[in-house]
Amino acid sequence: MSLAETLESRVDASSEGRTGRPRISPRLRRNLGSIFWQGCTLIAVVALLAFLGHNIALNLKARGLASGFDFLSKEAGFAIGFSLIPFTETDTYGRAFVVGLLNTIFVAFVSMILATVLGTIIGVARVSKHPPTAAAALVYIEALRNIPLLLQVLFWQQLLINGLPSVRQSLNLGGWVFLNNRGLVLPDISAGALPVPPSLMAAIMAATLIGLIVTALRRAEPSRRRRAAFWGLGAVLALEILLATLTVDWSRPVLTGFNFRNGVVLIPEFVALVVALTIYNAAFIAEIVRAGIESVNKGQREAAAALGLPPRLTMRLIVLPQAMRVVIPPLANQYSHLLKASSLATVIGYPDLVNVFLGTTLNQTGRAIEIVTMTMAVYLVLSALVAGFTSWFNARVALVER
Amino acid sequence: MRVGSVIIAALAGAAVSTASASAAEDDTLKAIKQRGEVTCGVSTGATVGMSTLDDKGNWAGLEVDFCRALAAAILESPEKVKFVPLEFKNAFAALTSSSVDLLARSATWTYSRDAEMKLEWPVVYIYDGQGFLVRKALGVKSAKELDGASICVSGGTTTELNLADYFRTNNLKYTPIVANSREQNLANLEAGRCDAYSNERGGLAANRAALPKADEYVVLPDVISKEPLGPVIRQDDPKFRDIVAWTFYAWVLAEEFGITKANVANEAANSKNPEVQRLLGKTGDFGAKLGLANDWAARVIATTGNYGEIYERNLGTGSKVNLTRGQNELWSKGGLLYAPPMR
Repeated sequence: MSLAETLESRVDASSEGRTGRPRISPRLRRNLGSIFWQGCTLIAVVALLAFLGHNIALNLKARGLASGFDFLSKEAGFAIGFSLIPFTETDTYGRAFVVGLLNTIFVAFVSMILATVLGTIIGVARVSKHPPTAAAALVYIEALRNIPLLLQVLFWQQLLINGLPSVRQSLNLGGWVFLNNRGLVLPDISAGALPVPPSLMAAIMAATLIGLIVTALRRAEPSRRRRAAFWGLGAVLALEILLATLTVDWSRPVLTGFNFRNGVVLIPEFVALVVALTIYNAAFIAEIVRAGIESVNKGQREAAAALGLPPRLTMRLIVLPQAMRVVIPPLANQYSHLLKASSLATVIGYPDLVNVFLGTTLNQTGRAIEIVTMTMAVYLVLSALVAGFTSWFNARVALVER
Repeated sequence: MRVGSVIIAALAGAAVSTASASAAEDDTLKAIKQRGEVTCGVSTGATVGMSTLDDKGNWAGLEVDFCRALAAAILESPEKVKFVPLEFKNAFAALTSSSVDLLARSATWTYSRDAEMKLEWPVVYIYDGQGFLVRKALGVKSAKELDGASICVSGGTTTELNLADYFRTNNLKYTPIVANSREQNLANLEAGRCDAYSNERGGLAANRAALPKADEYVVLPDVISKEPLGPVIRQDDPKFRDIVAWTFYAWVLAEEFGITKANVANEAANSKNPEVQRLLGKTGDFGAKLGLANDWAARVIATTGNYGEIYERNLGTGSKVNLTRGQNELWSKGGLLYAPPMR
């Protein structure tokens, strides 16, 4: 007899013992049993984790290995080739972690946006009435989603490094932009010339952009007012960008010595990773979009056609909004995959979190458990954020049943 | 109730078994004898002269010879070695987690690795230094002229830190292009992704020799660091440490005494020198003191030869790498190799 049954029979006995009170309902009895087993499982899991943690601590101590997170405030002593924030050898391992984290977020974010745009276009092409278009989309999808991503990443890296001219023979794109196998050299902002600090300018632009997106998603507003607000904010954003571009003092990249100076370089490893992640994930997103489009009842199109809507408007106003319901949940999965796959950066030397932190920092400090835990936590949190954002978005665009 | 008690019993069992496992961890020698195999962490197979893997699956190089010598000493057969190719990034973790018995993959001995990571370098088998491999067409004569250059380097290595230190000290700028393997670094250098590849000079000389257009490249004369390379073991095993150290000393002593692969059997039988007699196990019980057979050193030498032979075969002027012995010469000939007496 299990403990739960013992418990229940005891409860039964005691309730029977007291005068004429109703017995515990069968439903409650079932619940008691399941609560008991869930409790047992929880205790077992916690005990196992505690045991593992204790064991790790003991073993580390026995081997005399240092542990703890104090290394984060120590000087790193190595340089990082590509960073969104300034980083030098005298900065800390903690800052190296942030550099790696930002590089991971940057490459994943850019790839997500590009993959979504490309995937949607190919998905729509896949269901096109025009046979060559549909066939081309089919070939794209079948070819690219069946080649391992790792090979694609290596392919694009090799292509960029061996296919583009060397730094001395850079392609000159209008005197301000240069392309060579060390990357795309863009003009940099030299500080001081702006009426407002660049960070404030960027903040204003970001605020406008967020306003723009929020307006676009406010379905409750009447569509005319929404459209007016949308175009209004769009104009403001365009004006801000124009103003910023004109007032900023751009520094022109110059080839001096071994490399270009006074420029920002988008390194080939970054581009290779973005291209590979984009075209690989776009193939999957295209299939998701196709499934979404095909899930919309044929009658909806026929009704739209009967009302005289042209095919393009039917797609935009009738089919795609309804397809969204089916598209967004698997899209969240795809984004989560893309984020994790960005760690393939390590094979081509793009300094993402895995490369800088799980690689170099781990080897220099030997704090394996701390560093692996932190890295896993980062991917967990980022994946959760992506999932959270996608379900929020899903709720915004979900069809309101009337 | 039954399930609960099973879990508790399992936990208790796991606790007991882990406790006994960690107590046995110290005894690498015992583990090797039980397993009948030395597991040796080596490079991924492209470190010419140190550890390379040919297209028939054979390992060769000075570090490979060291693993074979160790197997000959402990297990009486140089073939009882399992070579585990490791990327540098994973090498120390593989060692500390007991996946391998030792590393013989050109790991530099440094203070923080020794003190903080609880690793141990019993000996140094190659005294190397870090330098730069560049294209001749750049017209660079010294590393000091590399201001603003892109420099290829392996991630997580001491080379990466030395490079940063060197440029910082000399107030020069550079961009690190980090890759995980020698092959990737060389591919980057050949494609012009970077201007120079920085690594141990011995390795660079070997890599240069293997490049399709070797004449277009040059190793700069600058030496920017000390790179003592040796076998790495876990710190908690003094007995195994002694075996590793004395296997290397057997190489050095053999060269001092003129014992070679060819004449070792003859020397073991006929040498009148008491120290040679002790080394080769004719007198005394020197093998037993290490937990080995008495003729362990004779077997080491019969397998790989003495240090001079090993160096010549793998790195010397007759080999592909074509490096003179420099500091890696016997102390009596002006080098740094010195073995304690066999007494």
